[in-house]
Amino acid sequence: MLNWRSQRVRAWCYQVALIGVFIVLVGWLLHNTLGNMRMRGIQSGFDFLLDPAGFDIGESVFTFTSTQTYGTAFLVGLFNTLRVSCIAIVICTLWGTVLGIGRLSGNALARGLCYVYTELFRNIPLLLQLLMWYVVLVELMPDTETPLHFRDWVLLSKEGLALPWLMSEGLTLTPEFLALTWGLTLYTSAFVAEVIRSGIQSVPLGQVEAALSIGLSPWQRLRLVVLPQALRLIVPPLTNQYLNAIKNSSLAVAIGYPDLVSISNTTLNQTGRAVECIAIVMAVYLTLSLLTASGMNYFNRRAALKER
Amino acid sequence: MQHHASNLLPARQAPVHSVSVGQWAKHNLWGTPASAVTTALLVLILLWFIPSLLEWSVLNAVFSADADQCQAARDIGACWGVVTEKYRLILFGRYPFDAQWRPLLATLILTSLLVMSCSPAFWNRYLAVVWLLVWLIFFALMGGGKWFGIPTGLVYVPTDQWGGLPLTMMLATLSITLAFPLAILVALGRQSTMPAIRSACIVYVELVRGVPLISVLFMASFMLPLLLPTGTSPDVLIRVLIGITLFSAAYTAEIVRGGLQAIPLGQIEATYTLGLSYWQTQRQVVLPQALAHVVPSLMNNFIAIFKDTSLVTIVSLYELSGALGLAVSGDPNWRPFKIEAYLFITLIYFCICFAMSRYSLWVERQVLHR
Repeated sequence: MLNWRSQRVRAWCYQVALIGVFIVLVGWLLHNTLGNMRMRGIQSGFDFLLDPAGFDIGESVFTFTSTQTYGTAFLVGLFNTLRVSCIAIVICTLWGTVLGIGRLSGNALARGLCYVYTELFRNIPLLLQLLMWYVVLVELMPDTETPLHFRDWVLLSKEGLALPWLMSEGLTLTPEFLALTWGLTLYTSAFVAEVIRSGIQSVPLGQVEAALSIGLSPWQRLRLVVLPQALRLIVPPLTNQYLNAIKNSSLAVAIGYPDLVSISNTTLNQTGRAVECIAIVMAVYLTLSLLTASGMNYFNRRAALKER
Repeated sequence: MQHHASNLLPARQAPVHSVSVGQWAKHNLWGTPASAVTTALLVLILLWFIPSLLEWSVLNAVFSADADQCQAARDIGACWGVVTEKYRLILFGRYPFDAQWRPLLATLILTSLLVMSCSPAFWNRYLAVVWLLVWLIFFALMGGGKWFGIPTGLVYVPTDQWGGLPLTMMLATLSITLAFPLAILVALGRQSTMPAIRSACIVYVELVRGVPLISVLFMASFMLPLLLPTGTSPDVLIRVLIGITLFSAAYTAEIVRGGLQAIPLGQIEATYTLGLSYWQTQRQVVLPQALAHVVPSLMNNFIAIFKDTSLVTIVSLYELSGALGLAVSGDPNWRPFKIEAYLFITLIYFCICFAMSRYSLWVERQVLHR
């Protein structure tokens, strides 16, 4: 009955073995972890989320004081992450599209400059770019008393960017926020540009020539003929770039912007609950990724070729 | 009534397509009014930007390691003196100063082997042996001390003093090499008909791809010591290496899977008909074609891994940017010129990544023309 030559029997054996190894491995790791935690006197559980945090956060969408709970601190971090990623995604889509179309422009100078931009920004690690923008903003900008300014509308100094006329009490963006958003946007734009360019290039030349011959203007040609066909190939890799942008916003920790990872890092150092903090971060990022991916999939279904 | 030519006329030569510089410029720079306006605008911007860049970076720049001169040229020129002064700290981190010939030699050997491996002339089984040897030499040179009881005759340097370019090169090369076989296994597992194996691979890939590398690195440096039996936790360098490898394997696996999907099922059925086993099929028929399909994406992925190694500075390993912080941040004389030092390592990263992307285009052509 148990014939080793039968494919079904072998498949069963392999899978049972895999599950067995997996269970033993997880059990062993769990055993070690519990033992280690007992030895180091680390408590476990998520109850610490209700304890007062005891640290201040530099910037927050809503007011946060150190007496509020760790849970609230995580929420502040989440909103900070979302704020940066959303702005970066919107701007890099626009700027990346401009660059991508620029790479195919009839003008050689524009083409060349767009090429230089994408190669330059794609081939330098994002972390390095963020650190550089941060140094530029914090150390090379003038002091608060003598800011770079455009009338009284825009003031740029070591303290960040101030827009005194916006909203009731004016808007101030910190250098950390500026460096992260700016760096992330410029970096992701280079990748978006490549996605857009290859999408547009995939539309057969005959389509463009046909559009020319029925007398469509360049703008009509792009909007009615090229883009709808290119979108099919653009949307899936574009989704990947959006996901990358969200994940890359976690580099905030390197320049001290209080995003989710940075808050969880502070919490981890204060409470020692490594497993819980890392679990929260991973769960949040997984949820964000799934949400973005499903949103883009909806859009993709609309862009996809309708066959029957 | 039809007329037939008694013999065919010879085909005409294709028209010679020659464009003079003037014609090219007209077509590409001022062919249409919009194009002409764009050219004019861009030329104006470049005319303003390039001279000031040149002035700052070359004409008014200070190249000697003289902090006072740098201060004097503060706002008008770059201070490359910071690189002249600190390049050894930036390139080799905290490695003992007198022994820095060792990381230099190790990096040179590794780099020359990497360059050699790029040429198809060397793609044979001896290359693997050479690689193994080079890794042994690399670690013996970097670490020194005793190796399995054999003294190397060099002073022992613990891994927490390794840093700079050798660390970056080592992390990138090793994690790419280790991630690749793992990625192939995972990709094959994801294509498998066995539900347990398939779902295990799917969960692994999607879980890892959903989280940022930083959290994987934090996990490697904070959680791995908890997960392993007390006192057996490996060195932080090895923990980080495991983290990067597991992370990049998930991304590489997705690319390999893309290649696997491009192989027609008929080919696999044909090999089974010939009596080849599963592994023979994969090794001799499926993988060679599948990998050739995805060479460009694989190279892009390798570039991404190389850039990602810069993140280890966050878990306090002093690779290039970490070593730079170490070299410049603590020194009040040179601290104001950090940006010049950053531009120096930016240049290193850019050269390596750009070379890799050019190489990927070349390999793509090679693979397509075979």
